[in-house]
Amino acid sequence: MTPFVADVLIPLGKIAAVILYPMVMVVVMIWLERRVVALMQGRLGPNRVGFQGVLQPVADAVKLFFKEDIIPRQADKLLFNISPVLVMFSSLLAFCFVPLGEPVRIGTTTLTLWIADSPVGLLIVLGLSSISVFGVIFGGWASNSKYPLMGALRSVIQVLSYEIPTGLAVLTVVFLARSMDLVEIVRRQEASGVWYGFLMPVSFVVFWISAVAETNRAPFDLPEAESELVAGYHTEYSGMKFAYFYMAEYAHMVLVSSLVVILFFGGWLPPFQGVKALAFLHAVPGFIWYLVKIMFFLYLYVWIRATLPRYRFDSLIRLVWKWLIPLALANFLVVALVRFLR
Amino acid sequence: MAFREIDLNMGPQHPSTHGVLRLKLAVDNEVVLRVEPVLGYLHRGMEKLWESLTYTQIVPLTDRLDYLASLSNNLAYCLAVEKLAGIEVPRRARYIRVVLAELQRLASHLAWTGFMANDIGAMSVLLYGFEAREDILDIFEEYCGARLTVHGIRIGGAVHDLDGPLVSRIRAVLERIPKRLADIRSLLDENRIWKERTVGIGRITAGEAIDYGLTGPPLRACGVAWDMRKDIPYSSYDDFDFDVPLGTNGDVYDRYLVRLEEICQSIRIVGQALDGLPEGEFKAKVPRVLKIAPGEAFHTIEAPKGVLGFTVRSNGTDKPERVKMKSPSFINLQSLEHLCQGNLFSDVIGILGSLDIVLGEIDK
Repeated sequence: MTPFVADVLIPLGKIAAVILYPMVMVVVMIWLERRVVALMQGRLGPNRVGFQGVLQPVADAVKLFFKEDIIPRQADKLLFNISPVLVMFSSLLAFCFVPLGEPVRIGTTTLTLWIADSPVGLLIVLGLSSISVFGVIFGGWASNSKYPLMGALRSVIQVLSYEIPTGLAVLTVVFLARSMDLVEIVRRQEASGVWYGFLMPVSFVVFWISAVAETNRAPFDLPEAESELVAGYHTEYSGMKFAYFYMAEYAHMVLVSSLVVILFFGGWLPPFQGVKALAFLHAVPGFIWYLVKIMFFLYLYVWIRATLPRYRFDSLIRLVWKWLIPLALANFLVVALVRFLR
Repeated sequence: MAFREIDLNMGPQHPSTHGVLRLKLAVDNEVVLRVEPVLGYLHRGMEKLWESLTYTQIVPLTDRLDYLASLSNNLAYCLAVEKLAGIEVPRRARYIRVVLAELQRLASHLAWTGFMANDIGAMSVLLYGFEAREDILDIFEEYCGARLTVHGIRIGGAVHDLDGPLVSRIRAVLERIPKRLADIRSLLDENRIWKERTVGIGRITAGEAIDYGLTGPPLRACGVAWDMRKDIPYSSYDDFDFDVPLGTNGDVYDRYLVRLEEICQSIRIVGQALDGLPEGEFKAKVPRVLKIAPGEAFHTIEAPKGVLGFTVRSNGTDKPERVKMKSPSFINLQSLEHLCQGNLFSDVIGILGSLDIVLGEIDK
């Protein structure tokens, strides 16, 4: 391979992929959500643009692109303009650290399916996903309007509270894998033969509930509760800036689903590793397994949204401080003890 | 950051004010201190307009009051005019009216279930409720061609007779509703989030409810058995056997249960009315130009939203001198501030939804 290919083309391709991959997933997710929710509710959903309406999100984005960009007169212009970018940027940047699979061999070269493999990848991803809350706070504050402000305040309290159980659940995984490297965590699960989700179901449940809350999705969608706060923190946004918030929310969901799959469900590993009779499952490329698992969790998001009513603010906080955090702490202690005794 | 008390303007452009209602809220962070409903955004001057129309021309305008229960408005107005003019309505016409009014109650309550669930965030139930309501609107469409502003009840009777095919269609629709109701109830009744959002929220005692003049399901949810169909029967309601469902706590959850139970009772009433549909005329002989000697009459019915009354004063011409409407939504809305006191902002939406208001009826 020429140095040109190795040093220029491949990195450029990867950069393109890391932007395209989340965006394609976002488009698929928006379409999936609208169609699946529609089917669950006895409706049809968008089915006109493209095959079965798959291009509807694209059409919506094009429409939003041509919409007037309104900045309220009393808004803090700098923060108002920065916050959608901040939200989008942090979600997309995190994808640089999320591996898509084991390195692939093409001829003599090995192609890694990640941009950066950091020994503390997990921390970076969690950190970046927390940065997006600043976009929400700034956006709500800078709008200088009451509904966005209330949405932003709700978001701060919600995300701050739910970070704690998330951290505790993630720590148990780090304990078992003895690594914060996302690739290493998957390899450890391959070596041990059991996915951590089955080994530590409590950690998984705690992480998943907190993840739904951190992505501001139903039943924890209080910061943007439609029937209460109109549209919450992005009430004053229009056009492409609104689209940024909207897409970032979905990108965040894809990110969180990827994390769940990597931390608890073996990433790109095929299911039933130990079973000899099902060895043919290895023939399917790991990336496909990875996508299938992510899709399952994205579907779960949609399913929950179509089923449950919205929490009220006080019961949301009660849930995390009185149930999730004690549960996560107890789980953490048990895992630590087992790890120590072994 | 210290959070001072702020004034929050909710509506008239807001997803959950059920129309163009405006609420001036004073909130301390999320806790509601004061609620002041501001009305008039849908005022069309209906009552004044009616003074320049003949008695029969007014009927289609009553459709536009509570547009989720247009037949109930027709019925209340027609009964008041008939009382004033001394028109005897044939028995078959009275039964047809009961069928139509109860179907309308079903449609209104099903739509309410959907709205209410959507306000609390259970989005799917909105569609389930509306799907069931759709069947009933289809019946109206087959009956007289209209779905929302039906104008199906006329002075002296109904607009059409109920024929055999329509009767069997109504029966088929009524058989489908309990299944759909069961779907909705399985999603909400024992749902922890739903109960947290509704049980004990917006409580009012029976005494306070009577003082505020609450009527309809919000009153019965407090355990007060007051239903015009039972207590001051009109339109042959005393021929039918049905129960008046009651709540105990007077909270949002009980209002929800009372309305769902009323749906079941309405199905019973419609079934009995179809079984016992008497032979005869579906409309009394009413002169084309109805002139009523000077006098005044007041008549109330149990509309889906509460007790709906019309006062009609005549002056000997073919037009009324004054028509006054006593609308249940308007009166029930008065209790909103009392119900919301000290609750969280999210609950205001649930409480407002549980009162089942329609702005067409409030602003007139």
